Amino acid sequence: MRNIQKLCVSAIFTMGASAAFSQSGQMSMPHSITAGASFSIPTSGTGTGVLYITGPGQALRRDVQLGQPVAFTQGDLYCAGHYLATLVVGASTGTEEFDVIPASRPKTLSFLARPSRISIDLHDGISGAAYVFDAYDNLITQPLPVSFVLSGQYGAAQSRTITTRNGVAWTGMDSTSKLGKAKFVAQAGGISSTRVIDLVPGDPCGLTISARQNGAKLLVETSPVHDCKGNPIPDGTIVTFTEAINGVQSTADVPIKQGIARVELPAQSGATISAASGVVAGNAIHWGGR
Amino acid sequence: MRRLLAFASALIIPMTAMTGQPSVKIEPAQLMSSRPLEKQTESAVIRDYLESWKSFRAALDQNQPSLLDTDFVGTARDRLASTVEAQAKLGIHTRYQDHEHDLQIVFYSPEGLSLQLIDNVVYDQQVLDHEKVLTTTQVRARYVVVLTPSETRWRVRIFQAAE
Repeated sequence: MRNIQKLCVSAIFTMGASAAFSQSGQMSMPHSITAGASFSIPTSGTGTGVLYITGPGQALRRDVQLGQPVAFTQGDLYCAGHYLATLVVGASTGTEEFDVIPASRPKTLSFLARPSRISIDLHDGISGAAYVFDAYDNLITQPLPVSFVLSGQYGAAQSRTITTRNGVAWTGMDSTSKLGKAKFVAQAGGISSTRVIDLVPGDPCGLTISARQNGAKLLVETSPVHDCKGNPIPDGTIVTFTEAINGVQSTADVPIKQGIARVELPAQSGATISAASGVVAGNAIHWGGR
Repeated sequence: MRRLLAFASALIIPMTAMTGQPSVKIEPAQLMSSRPLEKQTESAVIRDYLESWKSFRAALDQNQPSLLDTDFVGTARDRLASTVEAQAKLGIHTRYQDHEHDLQIVFYSPEGLSLQLIDNVVYDQQVLDHEKVLTTTQVRARYVVVLTPSETRWRVRIFQAAE
């Protein structure tokens, strides 16, 4: 397993038994470098050369005085990844591989929380995934603990600590039984990111309707509509009223206003009137007739 | 410890030897998330990821960042484009030829907005100063890749070799 070296600003790497690769010069590449850290590559020999650092993340070039270290200052090489260091001296070329590894200290979290609005009381209804990055936007692939906390206005907060794998950690949380805003926080290494989850009532529960005649019309209305926890269903939620008579069915979609949905229907003797909201059906009323 | 010594005499590998389709091995997905991975999604992700290597190769070889636009987005696109621009300034370009991909999907985020795979890849990396080959090196690396869905395809958002 590789030994990951944390570099200080003035660190200079010296590698024993480095391979000599040209007649006129040689270099000793560190095995790995922390992203953004300063470092030096010792060289030996005499004369001059050119050093190329190439990888998908960056491409750098340095003129080299052989025998002198090649210095890279803080921030010169900051993209994590796999690189080639190629030293060109005259017609000779030597190449070594090395890795730039992410800094271990998190700087940013990319926190995806879903959904932003959810019914209360759902098991594992809320999910959060956090990607952890260092100061140079490198994904920190070494395992790191990430704590997830979901707290509402009431009740105890839910908390879980998950260790990242390949830079990501995720968790599921239950939505609480009370309405309101819940804060969903992911935290790693002193860096946190917060999302707000809107906890809304569940489906209507025990939907009941009543009817009274108003001239040639029937005024049909629901009782105050609640979910099974007694939370009022928000205004605007649609209740569908259905009147069926002699095999003919007519429907009216009505939004709840001030907790109640009401509609006027033709007063037809023998009609069956019912109501439903979402997947919940209420009681049925048989009007007049036999 | 991984070290490589490449001599100038080894730098004249003809590029004809660096062409051809890579071999692709797909390990069974080992998801650490709760979201199931549909076979169709898995196929699309792998197809789009392998496609992304083509645009990656072309962009880094031709020093044309616009070639990245179809397959890369976000940090991955920005970094590769920055590398292309740096290469152009330095008068170099890089030819990558992928030979083997050993792929495994390891994470599919619960909301379906990101998917992570690991690619143990073998590729040749050839660095050229204008048309003079400076080095050709066969690299074995483990890439951590994060893809996100776009309108018609999965695009690479994080493309990072890791230890």
